[in-house]
Amino acid sequence: MSFGHKHILGIEQLSADDITLILDTAESFKEISTREIKKVPTLRGKTIINIFFEASTRTRTSFEIAGKRLSADTVNISASTSAVVKGETLEDTAKNLEAMHPDIIVMRHGHSGAAHYLAERCGFSVVNAGDGAHEHPSQALLDLMTIRQKKGSIAGLTVAIIGDIAHSRVARSNIYALKKMGATVRLAGPKTLLPTEIGRLGAEVYTDMNAALDGADVVMMLRIQQERQGNALLPSNREYSRFYGLNPDNLKRAKSDALVMHPGPMNRGVEISSAVADGAQNVILDQVENGVAVRMALLYLVSGGEQLAEQSA
Amino acid sequence: MAARETIILDQPAISRALTRIAHEILERNKGTKDVALVGVVRGGDHLARSLQQRIQEIEGVELPLGTVDITMYRDDLASRGSLPVGKTELLFPLENKRIVLVDDVLFTGRTIRAAMDALIDIGRPQSIQLAILVDRGHRELPIRPDYIGRNVPTSVAEKIEVQFSEEHEPIEVRIGKP
Repeated sequence: MSFGHKHILGIEQLSADDITLILDTAESFKEISTREIKKVPTLRGKTIINIFFEASTRTRTSFEIAGKRLSADTVNISASTSAVVKGETLEDTAKNLEAMHPDIIVMRHGHSGAAHYLAERCGFSVVNAGDGAHEHPSQALLDLMTIRQKKGSIAGLTVAIIGDIAHSRVARSNIYALKKMGATVRLAGPKTLLPTEIGRLGAEVYTDMNAALDGADVVMMLRIQQERQGNALLPSNREYSRFYGLNPDNLKRAKSDALVMHPGPMNRGVEISSAVADGAQNVILDQVENGVAVRMALLYLVSGGEQLAEQSA
Repeated sequence: MAARETIILDQPAISRALTRIAHEILERNKGTKDVALVGVVRGGDHLARSLQQRIQEIEGVELPLGTVDITMYRDDLASRGSLPVGKTELLFPLENKRIVLVDDVLFTGRTIRAAMDALIDIGRPQSIQLAILVDRGHRELPIRPDYIGRNVPTSVAEKIEVQFSEEHEPIEVRIGKP
C-alpha cells in the first residue's frame, strides 16, 4: 500500500485506506518517542517550515518535535514576528519562503482554504495545521488513533461531539474522519453554534446534549472559542456550562467505559468540569502523546508521497 | 509468469543450515553469555525465532529475541516513496550484548547498514555479528556475514525469495530467472 498524497489539506481528500495507513505508520513511530535517543534519520536533509498565523502551543510544538525526531531541520515562524505584520500578503510570504527551498510547509491560518491556496501556488508539500473553521486534519487523526488504541477499532462506535460546532475545524475534520471509518457521529450544541447545513456531512444533529450522550462510546468536548465570540452568540459561560458542559452526572448517560476527549486548550468549568477532565475516563493526554506520532507519520508519508505523485503525473 | 523458478534450498536443507548456524553461534561466542538475536523485519525476524528455538534445544537457554525494522533508516526514501513502517521491538537493553543480526538474504548490504544504524541509535552493543540464510553476492558496502546458510552465485537481475509458512517457518528458497 502506498500513499499518493503530496499535501495534507484536509480529511475530506483522504480515503479510509489512507487513514488506516497513517494510523498504522503512527503506531510504528510511537516507539521512537520512548527511546533514550529520540531520533531516527528518516527525513535527514529535509527542511520543514512551521508557519502559524494563529496562536498555538500544542500543535506547533507537536509538529516541531515530530520533524526533529525524524531528523528534519524545522524552522518556526509565528505571525507576530513575521513580515505579515508589515502588510505582506500570504502569496508573497509563501513565494519568499519557496525561494529558500523548503520541502514541507506546515501552516495554520485564520482563513478557511488558506492551505489549498498555498498548495496550488507553490512547489513544496503543504500540511494544514488548521485553516479557519474548515479543517484540522492532524487533530482528527490523533483523535482516531487514540480511539482505535482504546477501543480496538472505530467502525460501529457512536461518537458525540459537543459544543461550538460552528467555529470548530476539529469537529469538521472529525466528522469526515469518523464517517469514513464507519462510526456514527452525533453533534450537539446551542442553535447559535450549530450551522444549519452541518447535517449534510452525515452526522445526527441534537440541541439537547443529554440525547446526544445517551449510550455514546466516545464523548468529544469542543472548546468554547472565546476569541470568536465577539457577536454575543452565548448569553454567558455560566449558562452555557449548565446546558452544554460535561460533568460527572451527565457523563453517566454515555456508556460506562466511554472515552472523554478534548482537543485542548480546555476551559475548565465551562465546557468540561475538572472532575471529568481529570477523571478515569479521560484520554486527553493520550491524545497529545499520539499527536507527535501522527504528525511524524504525516511528515514521513508526504515526503515519499511527493515522489509518487510526480512519478504518476 | 514467464520467469523460470528453481528451488535452491528445500525445507530439510534450510533446517540443517539453521541448526549448523545455531552451533556456530554457540561455538564462536563460547556459549550463550550476553548473546541476543535480532531479526530484520520481515523474514529475518522469523529466522531469528527459529535460531532461538534451536539454541534452546541445544543449550537449554532462551536467548533474548528482538526485531528491527529498517524503513526509517533507508537511504532511498526519495526514489522508493514512503513504505509502510514495521515494528522495532527490543525489550532488552543492548548495552554489552553480543548481538547476532539475522536476515534471510544478503545482497547489496544496504539493509544491514540500515539495521546496524537502527541498533546503534537504540543502544551500544558490545559487538554485532551477522547471520544470513542466503548470501547472493553483489555487495555495495564493506559488509561481511559471520554465519552463512548457503552461498548462491546470482546475477543482479535474478530474484531470490524465501518462502515462509503461515506459522512463519521457512519452507524453501527459490531463485527466479528473469
